[in-house]
Amino acid sequence: MAKPLISVRGLKVALPDMTRKPLIGRAPLAEILKGLDFDLPRGSVTGIVGESGSGKSTLGRALVRLLEPSAGSITFDGCDITHLPEAELRPLRRNLQMIFQDPMSSLNPRRTIASIIAAPLKQNGLGDRLKERVAEALQRVGLPQSFASRYRHELSGGQRQRVGIARALALSPRFVLADEIVSGLDVSTQAQILTLLEKLAAEMGLTVAFISHDLSVIRRLCQQVIVMREGRIVEASATNALFENPQQAYTRDLIAAIPLPEIDADWLQPAARSTA
Amino acid sequence: MSAACLDIRNLSAVLANGQRVLRSVSLAVQPGEVRALVGESGAGKTMIGKAVLGVLPSSVHIVEGEMLLEGEDLGRLQPKARRTLIGARTALIPQDPLTALNPSRRIGPQMTDRLVRILGWSGQRADARIRQLLDEVQIRDPDRVLRSYPHELSGGMRQRVLIAAAFAAEPRLIVADEPTTALDVTVQKQILRLIAQLQREHGTAILFVTHDLGVVAKISQKVSVLYAGKVVEEADTAALFAAPQHAYTRALIAATPRYTDPLASLKPVDEAVLAGLAAEIAAAEQAWRPPHG
Repeated sequence: MAKPLISVRGLKVALPDMTRKPLIGRAPLAEILKGLDFDLPRGSVTGIVGESGSGKSTLGRALVRLLEPSAGSITFDGCDITHLPEAELRPLRRNLQMIFQDPMSSLNPRRTIASIIAAPLKQNGLGDRLKERVAEALQRVGLPQSFASRYRHELSGGQRQRVGIARALALSPRFVLADEIVSGLDVSTQAQILTLLEKLAAEMGLTVAFISHDLSVIRRLCQQVIVMREGRIVEASATNALFENPQQAYTRDLIAAIPLPEIDADWLQPAARSTA
Repeated sequence: MSAACLDIRNLSAVLANGQRVLRSVSLAVQPGEVRALVGESGAGKTMIGKAVLGVLPSSVHIVEGEMLLEGEDLGRLQPKARRTLIGARTALIPQDPLTALNPSRRIGPQMTDRLVRILGWSGQRADARIRQLLDEVQIRDPDRVLRSYPHELSGGMRQRVLIAAAFAAEPRLIVADEPTTALDVTVQKQILRLIAQLQREHGTAILFVTHDLGVVAKISQKVSVLYAGKVVEEADTAALFAAPQHAYTRALIAATPRYTDPLASLKPVDEAVLAGLAAEIAAAEQAWRPPHG
């Protein structure tokens, strides 16, 4: 088996805790990630699931080095990027792309869709054949070429998220972080966006970290799952194994709490087993 | 006289530009029953809840139809009488407890206020009642909660507080507007369980607005499926999931993720279904004549 694209060892991230900041002076650090070890295999989609405050978004931001870890290491394709300064990260950035949760706030309202998609291309020295590359990116995510001259407010939620995907994939990155990219969408649109991401990940051989609070979505899209709670990994395994034979009580509680669109009179009955 | 707790008949509402946002909506909630209103964004489900509570935005005008609360036609009452009736017999459980609570006041006075000011209860009676309800929503340290400011409580605790406040005045009807959408899935389950339990014990009717068919299946006995302000299907919840009649309902169920059946779920809604809906809406618009010309 090939070496994983990203390897994380003993990863810790501490951020200033503003709720405990004294009036004068620095805020004390709070440890958000408390020592994580895992690999992201090449060309596969890994789900990262957890409830609010579990540290899943902080983990995502550390993976694309928007945050600098306080301890441990992150290796990207054999290169240690844990403490790499920004100047040395720059050439790697085109391979570490991100799709955001809310395209309404991550797309510039004053720029056309074409210019939004073109921005990372220009940044990374792919400014030649710009029109062509933008057209290709739009086509890839199933948007008509006429959208190039539109603005974000002229698009529906699903179309906006397609633009977010087009921008992230315009550089043909090796790694893409998708942080709750469908949680603001209606179910019909959510299904379209997930189907699109699934198809593109397979076609382009992307390695994806897919952060979500929705285990049903993760089961459909991801080959393996990392379950997080309070800054630690509770359980990590292949998706089918996790659902068919969850090892931890917390994972079982998370799965059991999902309301399926099926009639089940017992679902609301108090459980015999208490939450771990 | 109607036996329904809430009876909405042929309700239409328009925006200033004449566009209809509610299209001849009819639905009833029987006493002690949970009716889910389910639909995607823009379907008008929240709008119906607001119409019932008399808090529609000023840009939306009801142009026809009736809303009967326990047989009383809200449209025929004077504004003050209408507000008093709605205030006494209904309550709201909102989506976002943090914006529904005043950040600069302690929980206690916020909860008793409604009972004292609107229903004219004594402070002592209101306080006793609130403590009883906090116990029913399984808050074990009422003193701490009542003394807290909203930001000092977790999302789940805040939602418990609002559920307690909603049930405190024994309303006949509660409008629950996406009450668990902002919560983690394990907390959502606890909150749904609490709502179901209190609803059963108090015999309260609930109009439950949600976009999540999973929640519909678990909490409701009846369901109305909305699209673009129109009720496209109405059924017993069990019947809806056993044999959905409308193509849109079938598409919505197929689009909803199910971890038990990953390949058969998360199906994008078919263009043909959306085209059919657009035609259905267009036909309804053609047939519709605004009252008063």
